[in-house]
Amino acid sequence: MRILRAIFGHGSGRIGGVIVGVYLLIAILGMLGLTPHNPITQYRVDRLHAPNGAYWMGTDLFGRDVASRLMAGVGQSFTVAFFSVAFATLAGTVLGLAAAWLGRRWDGMLMRIMDVLLAFPAILLALLIVTVAGPGTWTSVVAIGIVYTPIFTRVVRGPALSLKAREFVDAARTFGSSPSYIVTRHLLLNLVAPLTVQVTLALAWALLTEAGLSFLGLGTQPPAASLGLMLSDSRNLMETAPWLMIFPGLAIMISILGFNLLGDALRDILDPKMRRAPA
Amino acid sequence: MIPLLSVRDLRVGFGRNPQANEVVRGVSFDLADGETLAIVGESGSGKSVTALSINRLIDFSGGRITGGAMKLKRADGGIFDLMTATEPQLTGIRGAEIGMIFQEPMTSLNPVLTIGTQIEESFRLHRGLTGRQATAAAKDALDRVRIPDAARRLKYTPNQLSGGMLQRVMIAIALACNPRLLIADEPTTALDVTVQAQIMALLAELKRETGMSMIFITHDIGLVAGIADKVMVMQSGKAVEQGELNQILDNARHPYTQHLLQDVPHFANGRATRVDGQRDKGAGTEPALKVDGLVVRFPLKSSFFSRATGAVHAVDGVDFDLMPGETLAIVGESGSGKSTTARAVLGLVRSTRGSFTVGARKASAAQSALPVQMVFQNPYASLNPRLTIESILAEPVIATGGRVDAGTRARMASLLERVGLPRNSLERYPHEFSGGQRQRLCIARALMLNPSVVVLDEAVSALDVSVQAKVLELLVDLQREFGLAYLFISHDMAVVERIAHRIAVIYAGQIVEIGDATSVLSKPKHSYTKKLIAAVPTIDRRHEHFELDTRQVPSLVRPQGFEPAAARWVQFGRDHMARTEA
Repeated sequence: MRILRAIFGHGSGRIGGVIVGVYLLIAILGMLGLTPHNPITQYRVDRLHAPNGAYWMGTDLFGRDVASRLMAGVGQSFTVAFFSVAFATLAGTVLGLAAAWLGRRWDGMLMRIMDVLLAFPAILLALLIVTVAGPGTWTSVVAIGIVYTPIFTRVVRGPALSLKAREFVDAARTFGSSPSYIVTRHLLLNLVAPLTVQVTLALAWALLTEAGLSFLGLGTQPPAASLGLMLSDSRNLMETAPWLMIFPGLAIMISILGFNLLGDALRDILDPKMRRAPA
Repeated sequence: MIPLLSVRDLRVGFGRNPQANEVVRGVSFDLADGETLAIVGESGSGKSVTALSINRLIDFSGGRITGGAMKLKRADGGIFDLMTATEPQLTGIRGAEIGMIFQEPMTSLNPVLTIGTQIEESFRLHRGLTGRQATAAAKDALDRVRIPDAARRLKYTPNQLSGGMLQRVMIAIALACNPRLLIADEPTTALDVTVQAQIMALLAELKRETGMSMIFITHDIGLVAGIADKVMVMQSGKAVEQGELNQILDNARHPYTQHLLQDVPHFANGRATRVDGQRDKGAGTEPALKVDGLVVRFPLKSSFFSRATGAVHAVDGVDFDLMPGETLAIVGESGSGKSTTARAVLGLVRSTRGSFTVGARKASAAQSALPVQMVFQNPYASLNPRLTIESILAEPVIATGGRVDAGTRARMASLLERVGLPRNSLERYPHEFSGGQRQRLCIARALMLNPSVVVLDEAVSALDVSVQAKVLELLVDLQREFGLAYLFISHDMAVVERIAHRIAVIYAGQIVEIGDATSVLSKPKHSYTKKLIAAVPTIDRRHEHFELDTRQVPSLVRPQGFEPAAARWVQFGRDHMARTEA
């Protein structure tokens, strides 16, 4: 509750919070099937309708309602983005802290593995994993998660190394604090700011990577909807039916804006220096 | 006669509303040709902002001059108005007429360019010299600041030179165009005391040679005695007192100047050492800490796969003992191994050889789980910014398997009160405290486990001088109250004099002299101790010339398997001995 109140007391947090909140609502409605039309029903007579009273965002080539598909697509894309970023954050933080704390051989080994992963372009690596494991929502989650793990590992390892050399860590050693206490209280707690920023960025990337996978036919499988799939379907009709591209594009753009604003707010709120001193 | 520089009612503010946010609030002074003005003050007094305003560098640091007048007499006798000058005009003035040197020589030079290139730049910009002419001029400039082997050093990059050498390079650049005014902003604060003496001597010589004027900014009123003609003391943006050097030092009128002269530690050649808690009183008791033959070496490897080819002998056979209630100060310059010794005692670096015996403390006090605790140099880095003071103080208790219960909380509250911090500190975060308060917090944290020995690694060095005095007082009080033994690591002889019972002088990883504080400071025996003490600035030394000594500290890198010769000691008096010199 206190966090929520703090978010709404923060300028950009309020905007970001509202945007992300609205998206969550749309995602839930979309996943529960509470959409104006059925997102996969094809109304053959109403193909490629421009936005009007019945179809708020028009219809696509097969006569499906874009608004309904958008709602279902937000649900689908957000599921993939959230879980893959959660995967990457968790794995990257654990690996990064392990590399920084254990140092020497472990550091060398872990970071070289991450370098190998990073050497592949993100989409190529995700493609490889999905091809091996077969397409589907959860393979996309794992694939995108693995693709972004090295980035989190690096984002965590660098600052963790410098924190490890700080005097408060030395001080903790002099009282004999356990490694787990030092890693969680002294390292992890000070990594909150870079991690929050990274998470908001990664959510945006994950949305785009999911879109890319779907575009290549390896993410969400038609006729189910995802924002990426909708964008890729719109590509040939850009001139005749621009609404097919504009609405999913706007949906991605506004959600990324929302995540970034919310991330900035969280970073500030979680920093004790930004808190007002108790009187 | 028209003064070289005349400043009237200078006001400088920061932020969006500079008038409301003034850092310098009406400072006036005159500086005649060839005169040296020292501006003395603590951090936040506005001394650096005043200096940066003179050459208008303040415009680039977010400051705005809100009022006053500044006039510079040019070489041709014309008057140049520094307030209304345009940026291109100022560019011609900076370097050519007003030179400046800064506190940190290591960060003032570009690390990827050779020092030759950086000196030549000044000649290129102001004199239009290029090619061989510029190189020759740069070599002359280095010769002038007494850098041996100047022609070769021109090709060095900053990382190849020591801090003292770099500061000389900075001076060479600042003086490249023979400015008639040199502004030196704490030019020796980042340097070792013997190097400081060399730089001060150099500045005095150069001043004599060129007849330039100088504005010397410092927090150390003892340092200015050797060089200044006039002194201006600043406090919270105002010049509280200014006048001739002797008048200020002997007949200070303003209470703040008196405070700086009297309450702040100044070196007094062993006359200000402590009289309480002398060693003989506790004869027969077991030492709180005994260190025997401590050796710390760091192996040198050129790559991951190669074998070690040598080792850095950071600490090479150090022994001492420390009685309960006693302070042993380890003094030495950077790289001497004093901090490594402290860290080895705490187990923060692994010692190659040697043993520590931590003795029992007074029977009355409860036995502590970890009898040796440490207070670090930088109070800003030694407290985790994300934890409340309560979590910070609880950590040692949790670490030793204790629980945070009512008893722990009561101890936190009583320790906080004992170190002089407000009661409501527990819920607050480190950034809400000043440097001095943070150091008090660190002291409280070190005492949470009821230790018998506290290692203080440059514990007051990062603090302002008057805060320093108060923290020292607190340390002495705590020592008396809890019978603590202090291992006090410092480079600052004035501070050491106030707190030490015994002093060990460490040089190149070895103790060269150890003994009773009064005896070591007043009658130093080893040549290095003599040199060290001779370099300490004091208010007693007016216009005294420091001797130039450009000897370098010997390299601590030794070939694999090297063992130093066994030390031979000469005893002077009851508790004072020095290593024999080769």
